[in-house]
Amino acid sequence: MLESGELTVPDLVAGYISRIEQDNPDINAFTQWHKEESLERAHHIQRKIENGSAGPLAGVVLGVKEVFCQKGFPATCASKMLASYEAVYDATVVERLLAGDAIIIGRLNMDEFAMGSSNENSMYGPVRNPRNTSRVPGGSSGGSAAAVAAGMCHASLGSDTGGSVRQPASFCGVVGLKPSYGRVSRHGLIAYASSFDSVGAFGSTVHDASVILKAIAGRDDMDATSSTEPVPDYPALLDEVRPDITIGIPKEYFGDGLDPVIRDRVMLVAEKMEAKGAKLVDIRLPNLKYAIAAYYVLATAEASSNLARFDGIRYGHRADMKAVRARLKAEEAELTADGAADLSGLDTPMIRLYKQSRTEGFGPEVKRRIMLGTYVLSAGYYEAYYGKAQRIRRLIKQDFEQAFSKVDVIISPTAPTTAFELGSKVNDPLQMYLNDIYTISANLAGICGISIPAGDHSSDGMPIGVQFMANAFREPELLNAARLAEMVCGESADASSP
Amino acid sequence: MSVTIDDVKYMANLARLQLSEDEAASLVRDMNDILGYMELLEQVDTSDIPPLEHVSDTGAGFRPDKAHPPLDHEEALKNAPDADSDYFRVPRVID
Repeated sequence: MLESGELTVPDLVAGYISRIEQDNPDINAFTQWHKEESLERAHHIQRKIENGSAGPLAGVVLGVKEVFCQKGFPATCASKMLASYEAVYDATVVERLLAGDAIIIGRLNMDEFAMGSSNENSMYGPVRNPRNTSRVPGGSSGGSAAAVAAGMCHASLGSDTGGSVRQPASFCGVVGLKPSYGRVSRHGLIAYASSFDSVGAFGSTVHDASVILKAIAGRDDMDATSSTEPVPDYPALLDEVRPDITIGIPKEYFGDGLDPVIRDRVMLVAEKMEAKGAKLVDIRLPNLKYAIAAYYVLATAEASSNLARFDGIRYGHRADMKAVRARLKAEEAELTADGAADLSGLDTPMIRLYKQSRTEGFGPEVKRRIMLGTYVLSAGYYEAYYGKAQRIRRLIKQDFEQAFSKVDVIISPTAPTTAFELGSKVNDPLQMYLNDIYTISANLAGICGISIPAGDHSSDGMPIGVQFMANAFREPELLNAARLAEMVCGESADASSP
Repeated sequence: MSVTIDDVKYMANLARLQLSEDEAASLVRDMNDILGYMELLEQVDTSDIPPLEHVSDTGAGFRPDKAHPPLDHEEALKNAPDADSDYFRVPRVID
């Protein structure tokens, strides 16, 4: 439509802006949107389309999670710690999207520092699920999923450290792609757990997600862990979908705790793919049950280290120094009044400034993870927790290697339930963590995964997500399987029961 | 193994956090819950399994040692809570 001139890029942007202005107060997906800049850029890109010089993403309108740096705009991580922080450079992924002539229309809400599975840990307040605003959108990229589901942008960027792209995609009924570790540069992605963090894409279709992946993937000298593996033309590979694939069904992903309606739906999708020519094979991933425990040891350890940089000195929130000094004086007076001459336990003003700044800047979940990470790394506990978890991480990776020697992709549910009610899990952090059971192992193993919508739940009406996983750098196989599943889900007359 | 209020206060100092009594008490509860769940890991015999440090085995690789323009002063200091034209300003360290 853009090529024929029926619709112009400024029309498109204006349409999204009015949708945001109308619906964002209820959904709270966008933290801010850039009306003037986006419209101005839309005119510029329209001219490029007309004179034939437009890039591959011309006409694509995106939202970007608050975890990414975009020069000249706030990058808050939805934290009071970074409430007044403004990025001084572009994340590599942002730079690549803009170089392809995409329009970044605004910034998206998230769980603070990407820690959460419900998008309730945000200084901007919770994001609400567009399908039912009393339910969560999932997290931590809840804003990114909700914005696409609510039609506020074509596609969006999120980050996935333990499922933070795939789980909200599942809850909101959109496609969420987590590429292999190292497939996409992390430069300019504010770090949570660096050995797990992956940049991911949300879209309405598998094709949309593949277009974004092609634009952002590839080696970047600013991220030493980014891979030199060549980047295939992912969208072009989808022109011809291969049905003759081998799909692994891991017994462990269909056990206790899984909603039976979701289990049946995932199996139905697998059977429909079998009818198209796919081969279904039973596989075992025996160490799945240790994945959550291993992940929360390793990820909180990395978080406690990464978040040590927030000290209130070079950037971020700094506590009021006068109040800090007054408090220290009072503590000193208290100690000397007791007759104790030993003031060695008293913080220096500098140390107390760090502590006070961090305490005021971080929310409860971030503090909890910093504390857990500090604990598992501390003297005497290191080997029992951190060392142990690293060894189990290897076992989990080996399970997948063995599985992928027999199958092209693995099918499973994305989450054990559909989107839950706001507030229903906030007081029980462990229950919240257990929600990541099916997504977390892909991050432990560094492989790729995707969640695609497979109709709605028969009793609560909320979207159900099906997850596919493929070996590291096997995004072509992953996208092929996801596209095939998307086709079989779309073939049924009633979309709610594929 | 169970976490006490003193453990929490000790960890808070290492993590440079200043917890209120309420926060410390609720962290005792949460950390015991979560660390208790992590005891699951003890079921696995990992004596012959080396720790996994990097998921990719390709190594970091080399790149040319080429200088790029750094952030200028103004940009680098732009987000500082307190700065003059050249430096970050911090509280006096030595009285």
